[in-house]
Amino acid sequence: MTKTAARRTASAVPVHPVPAPPPVGGRRRRRLADQARAYGFLLGGLTCFALFSWYPAIRAVVIAFQKFTPGSPPEWVGTANFSRVLHDPEFGAAWRNTLTFTLLALLIGFAVPFVLALVLNELRHAKAFFRVVVYLPVMIPPVVSALLWKWFYDPGAGLANEALRFLHLPTSNWTNGADTALVSLVLVATWANMGGTVLIYLAALQSIPGELYEAAELDGANLLQRIRHVTIPQTRFVILMLMLLQIIATMQVFTEPFVITGGGPENATVTVLYLIYKYAFLYNDFGGACALSVMLLVLLGLFSALYLRLTRSGEEDA
Amino acid sequence: MSTRTLVSPAALARPRGRAAYWTVFTGVVALFTLAFLFPVYWMATSAMKSPDEVAETPPTLVPRHWNLGGYTDAWDLMQLPQHLWNTVVQAAGAWLFQLVFCTAAAYALSKLRPAFGKVILGGILATLMVPVQALVVPKYLTVADLPLLHTSLLNDPLAIWLPAVANAFNLYLLKRFFDQIPRDVLEAAEIDGAGPLRTLWSIVLPMSRPVLGVVSIFALVAVWQDFLWPLMVFSDTDKQPISVALVQLSQNIQLTVLVAAMVIASIPMVALFLVFQRHIIAGISAGSTKG
Repeated sequence: MTKTAARRTASAVPVHPVPAPPPVGGRRRRRLADQARAYGFLLGGLTCFALFSWYPAIRAVVIAFQKFTPGSPPEWVGTANFSRVLHDPEFGAAWRNTLTFTLLALLIGFAVPFVLALVLNELRHAKAFFRVVVYLPVMIPPVVSALLWKWFYDPGAGLANEALRFLHLPTSNWTNGADTALVSLVLVATWANMGGTVLIYLAALQSIPGELYEAAELDGANLLQRIRHVTIPQTRFVILMLMLLQIIATMQVFTEPFVITGGGPENATVTVLYLIYKYAFLYNDFGGACALSVMLLVLLGLFSALYLRLTRSGEEDA
Repeated sequence: MSTRTLVSPAALARPRGRAAYWTVFTGVVALFTLAFLFPVYWMATSAMKSPDEVAETPPTLVPRHWNLGGYTDAWDLMQLPQHLWNTVVQAAGAWLFQLVFCTAAAYALSKLRPAFGKVILGGILATLMVPVQALVVPKYLTVADLPLLHTSLLNDPLAIWLPAVANAFNLYLLKRFFDQIPRDVLEAAEIDGAGPLRTLWSIVLPMSRPVLGVVSIFALVAVWQDFLWPLMVFSDTDKQPISVALVQLSQNIQLTVLVAAMVIASIPMVALFLVFQRHIIAGISAGSTKG
């Protein structure tokens, strides 16, 4: 996958004609000096990539097969880390929660922004107001949104139950109930992140040529038919891209469960990344943490590769 | 003036269409106000209520007595100046490091034709496929014990600054922008005797102001909003940025004080957004259509 990406990018780099060589001798030395200068410019960036991207990726795989305690030499333990992690009762819960979270976030976090963008695109007044307001929660630090909703969900004086009482509806346990906790967190994440999605959908909707709608209307298509046969096919590429990006982002959810529920109640909101954190910083088991990281990495790598492939083919079409 | 959308202008011009339009419009305004503005209003005003009033059910919509005690307490008790300053230092350094090293590397890859340039670019783009969060543990171990140097960057802002440079997205954004600068412009500078550094500084950078603005905003927001990474690398309370400090202190502090601290922590990024909202929104919208 890596190779394909590299090759595809490489082919996208425009090839410029090589300027005529200088007439004097010492061409080779000149070229060497140019190369040295080019690498001088690259040095800082490359060092950081090597240290904080490439090396950790390799190291995750290596440590996954080691018993690793900071300060003492690592020992090879084969697949012991993987089997230990697999037998952890929290392992199943973490994956189940993460996948459920991702699926729910996709259902809610995809449908709501799309409908909102559809409606906003029809409104001809206060356009700037809507765009600013919907994006406002994105700019609030995630920790603050998490703490804010933790307070809203409070069973005592929380605003969420107050609102239900005001509407004469039965109150909910929200994050305190094992069966409602995960959905409550999805609501927080959707509220906090929806702005970007809405704006991107809006831009995509605005690029649909108006003649398509006119033609569809002349053919007698009603509102829903126009959405189905014009809007959705025309924005299909953006929809697919955002879905994949969202899957990649929500599979790495950490802040909301960490801040709001602490993984509870009864492990109902432990996510894979949370479990990785626990292995490393609570159990001091870096081998187990890396084994989990590798599993997450492989799955997310597949989604990312798919995403890059899609964006690249989209670019070539344009 | 506006282009044709889902609903035809003719349908909107009819009395029924106009009534429907204004109904939907009012509904959306109400929904947006309730869903997005009200929580912010609630946060900002609850911090001004007395501790008893905050716990009341049903809650009061407007504080009975406006007092700024919550805010001043948060400022003093939670050491907010210290944590805000830490965040500013971390964000500003990450921004500067990214701007210097990513720009230089992107320029080299785009214009200086280094040997193995394509391989390097491939390696950088491959990191886009590796989700950041999935690698935090090995990255933490690397920062805790740097290879060759065997020093630890834990509790040091360098632990934020240096990994921030390894941002393939921003680097690629810059490189793609530099690719569009015509070669003749740079060759003209070269004929006039300008070296690569001079060309970058006096010609490429002034032409790249839009993309530098976008990268700057991304860099600042990313550091300000981050939580897991600073939680790992700053165990020392005095070094923690505001996001980590808020969570650590949220356990045993009065609600009004905590809420006031949350408001204060949100102000810088919300202010940045309100000032640059047109650029930020245009950037997000443009980024999507280009992919």
